[in-house]
Amino acid sequence: MSYVRPKFRHPELPKNKLGYTIDYYEGTLSTLCAGCGHDSISAAIIQGCYEMNIEPHRLAKLSGIGCSSKTPAYFLSNSHGFNSVHGRMPSVATGANMANRDLIYFGVSGDGDTASIGMGQFVHAIRRNLNMVYIVMNNGCYGLTKGQDSATADAGSKNKTGQVNLFESIDLASLAIELGATYVAQSFSGDKAQLVPLIKAAMKHPGFAFINVISPCVTFNNNVGSTKSYDHVRQHVEATATMDFVPEMQEITTSYGEGSTKQVKMHDGSYISLHKLSEDWDPLDRQSAMNAVLNAKAKNEILTGLLYVDPQTEDLHHLLQTSDKPLNTLTKEELCPGSEALKDINAGLR
Amino acid sequence: MKPTDIKDPEYFHKVVDCQYACPAHTPVPEYIRLIAAGKYTEAYMINWDSNVFPGVLGRTCDRPCEPACRRGRVDEEPVAICRLKRVAADNKDDVKKFMPQGPFTPNGKKVALVGAGPASLTVARDLAPLGYELHLYDEQKKGGGFMRSQIPSFRLPETVLDEEVNYILDLGIHTHFNQYVSSLKELLSKDYDAVFVGSGAPKGRDLDIPGRKEASANFHIGINWLANVAFEHTNKIGKNVIVLGGGNTAMDCCRTARRLGGQNVKVIVRSPFAEMKASPWEKEDAMHEDIPIIDNHVPKSFVIEEGKLKGMMFEKVHAVYDDAGKRKLVPTGEAEVFYPADDVLCAIGQENSFPWIERDLGIEFDKWELPTVDLVTHASTNPKVFFGGDAAWGPKNVITAVAHGHQAAVSINNFCQGIDLNKRLDPMVNLVSAKMGIHEWSYDSEVVSDDRYVVPQADKKLTLSNRKKEVELGFNRLTGFKEAERCLNCDVQTVFTESKCIECDACMDVCPTACITFTENAEEESDLRNMLKMPAKNKTQDIYVSDTLPTKRVMVKDENVCLHCGLCAERCPTSAWDMQKFFYNVTKTHTGCHKN
Repeated sequence: MSYVRPKFRHPELPKNKLGYTIDYYEGTLSTLCAGCGHDSISAAIIQGCYEMNIEPHRLAKLSGIGCSSKTPAYFLSNSHGFNSVHGRMPSVATGANMANRDLIYFGVSGDGDTASIGMGQFVHAIRRNLNMVYIVMNNGCYGLTKGQDSATADAGSKNKTGQVNLFESIDLASLAIELGATYVAQSFSGDKAQLVPLIKAAMKHPGFAFINVISPCVTFNNNVGSTKSYDHVRQHVEATATMDFVPEMQEITTSYGEGSTKQVKMHDGSYISLHKLSEDWDPLDRQSAMNAVLNAKAKNEILTGLLYVDPQTEDLHHLLQTSDKPLNTLTKEELCPGSEALKDINAGLR
Repeated sequence: MKPTDIKDPEYFHKVVDCQYACPAHTPVPEYIRLIAAGKYTEAYMINWDSNVFPGVLGRTCDRPCEPACRRGRVDEEPVAICRLKRVAADNKDDVKKFMPQGPFTPNGKKVALVGAGPASLTVARDLAPLGYELHLYDEQKKGGGFMRSQIPSFRLPETVLDEEVNYILDLGIHTHFNQYVSSLKELLSKDYDAVFVGSGAPKGRDLDIPGRKEASANFHIGINWLANVAFEHTNKIGKNVIVLGGGNTAMDCCRTARRLGGQNVKVIVRSPFAEMKASPWEKEDAMHEDIPIIDNHVPKSFVIEEGKLKGMMFEKVHAVYDDAGKRKLVPTGEAEVFYPADDVLCAIGQENSFPWIERDLGIEFDKWELPTVDLVTHASTNPKVFFGGDAAWGPKNVITAVAHGHQAAVSINNFCQGIDLNKRLDPMVNLVSAKMGIHEWSYDSEVVSDDRYVVPQADKKLTLSNRKKEVELGFNRLTGFKEAERCLNCDVQTVFTESKCIECDACMDVCPTACITFTENAEEESDLRNMLKMPAKNKTQDIYVSDTLPTKRVMVKDENVCLHCGLCAERCPTSAWDMQKFFYNVTKTHTGCHKN
């Protein structure tokens, strides 16, 4: 057995603002199949957290069951983590978020965990605009149980045994837009240049941020005829725009042609900078986002990039008007103000 | 950039930093793996074939391999390659049965070898199995040359040297010891088909400053003094000794002086400590034996009282560098300082000297009185005469002399057989997959984090009281194994096949040292180097560029800090990456090994 990651790293690795090199954000060595798209997404998450100067202890990873849900073991070993029941990650995330609003909640799920067993949980987390990042590593099959078609497998897509899928797929991105998700993006595991800024912006988004990432299953769904293979995705991918995430206080230096650039200001002063925008698409307009997804689908294309964002949204804590101070830090004195305060409340109800 | 031509053996050879840096190109990782496997005899024979004196070199080599070792670029210290070689030599079984077995059928050609040092002995070993009648001349009573006369016994026991010299002499070499060759003309007049000059750089540099003549009785040229000690003509020295010079000979002089009665031995050197020519480990060993090294002191004069040497005066200097980085030693202006001395050993350099070569033999000499020698063929301007070792281009070291010997032997054989000297065989190269199973390779791919192990030494009391007591004890087998495991197996190459690559990025994501990048190509190498995940700043290390992939990108691998851990190949779903064991061996006139 020789499958051990050496301790040595490149001696000139740069440090981020916290003084950490990128290896501080690594996890254990992946045990997924060699070439799994999920590993690339893990690498994008590591890259994003390193570049965003995230203190690992300020982030909680949450997942359900499946190949995708194993990945939190493979990134951010120094962060909190909770590997929950199949399809129930949104409940755990909701509870954790309610108890401590100060952490970044990073949910990782798969197409089975989200579009089948966890669908009920997924849609309600969107409805509530829970402040979290929700990544679906979408490979269109049940890789952990030998590759049966999942609910996101496209109709007509051929699996490894040559069977053609008869059923319409659930399009998670349009579903999320439909249900009112306030940050919706789609990407491809093989395109880190696009995925990393999407993850960074998602972490800054003050509500439910959903990223559907097509992530080929190299073992069971990378065959000719599959619509989730490396080759098929590369041939049919189209981007809404080229995107940069510009952290706050940073001067914008890249220059693009007039009329093709759009800046989306986030609530904290950072920017999403979009270039080479596709026609008739406005990232701030749900209807145009919906149209763009449907138009791409009609042309047999996979639309990637940022699809829709509402940068001024308000999350569940705001809707519920909870205390600004995280619940788990409230002391007995704050929670039990005493009989005098109770008297006042009771008096108010008379 | 164009795709890298990995069919050129020199590309992967360069990746094996240690082997590439070794003048003889010894297949270092190959023998280190054999040591780890406990196959000491096989490890010894790999060495013997390549460097002829594994036991000697495992103790005394200048180790150009170690500063080159890749481990030194990712870890604090390189692998202790040199001392691992000694582990093979110390623990081997009978090796003689694997060596060429004489008597050899004579081929009718006679070759004279002048000087019985490492260069001549290597020529002898390479030519003897081909049936050459070889005549070896030396002024000393035994073979070994400077290995015997200059390297003190406490670093290289005589038994070790005798053993390895005898392996060669036993091949049926005609020895003419105690015989100084005083005329090349005379030698050439005998019926030799070729003559090899491996007579070293025997002239120690003198010091022309006031008082030198008066100090003669107590002033010794370092290399001559060491030879006198080795051949037991000298066995004592004064209590106060000054050693002048900062090279390895100075270190050998001062340490020998400590053993012959020198109590207050000092090394005094002109240059700053860090720039001394001596190997760092030799300086450490000297200081460990209570010998201070006083740097930035230029000798000015000898102090003589009543006709007797009392000491020396020195001027203090400091180093100043000009824009081109050239050093100048500038006096500090302080008063000269006095150091007492009963004896002074002068080790400030040595030179070639050919008083015995007549200048009318067609051998061209340049203005520094060095012969004109072809860098590849070692031929002089007299077609019959070849040069190698220190005699060719001035003082170097044992391993360089051996490398010269191999090449000179090829030339002499070509010359005697009427083959063009420049018609030389390519190296023997092999490249074969190391894959054995899903997580199984035919080498230990796991990279251990151990720090370099320290070679244990004998008690100082013991070693200082006996000139012949070897200071270093060598690694035992267990430590040898642990040190061997530190080797990164750079000869197990990462080989990329673009037609198999599906561009999943798995290799790029898993590589612990960020060596692999998939990127657009660039016209200029310098641009491409800057486009990588980690910019490839070390220009001495190549980048490996693939052909264009379906997405119009190329795979670029910076060889600089690759750990050869095999993770890229393990995470590759299509075996586009494979770990392949590369073997490169310089072609000699004879393989050096006898097949049973």
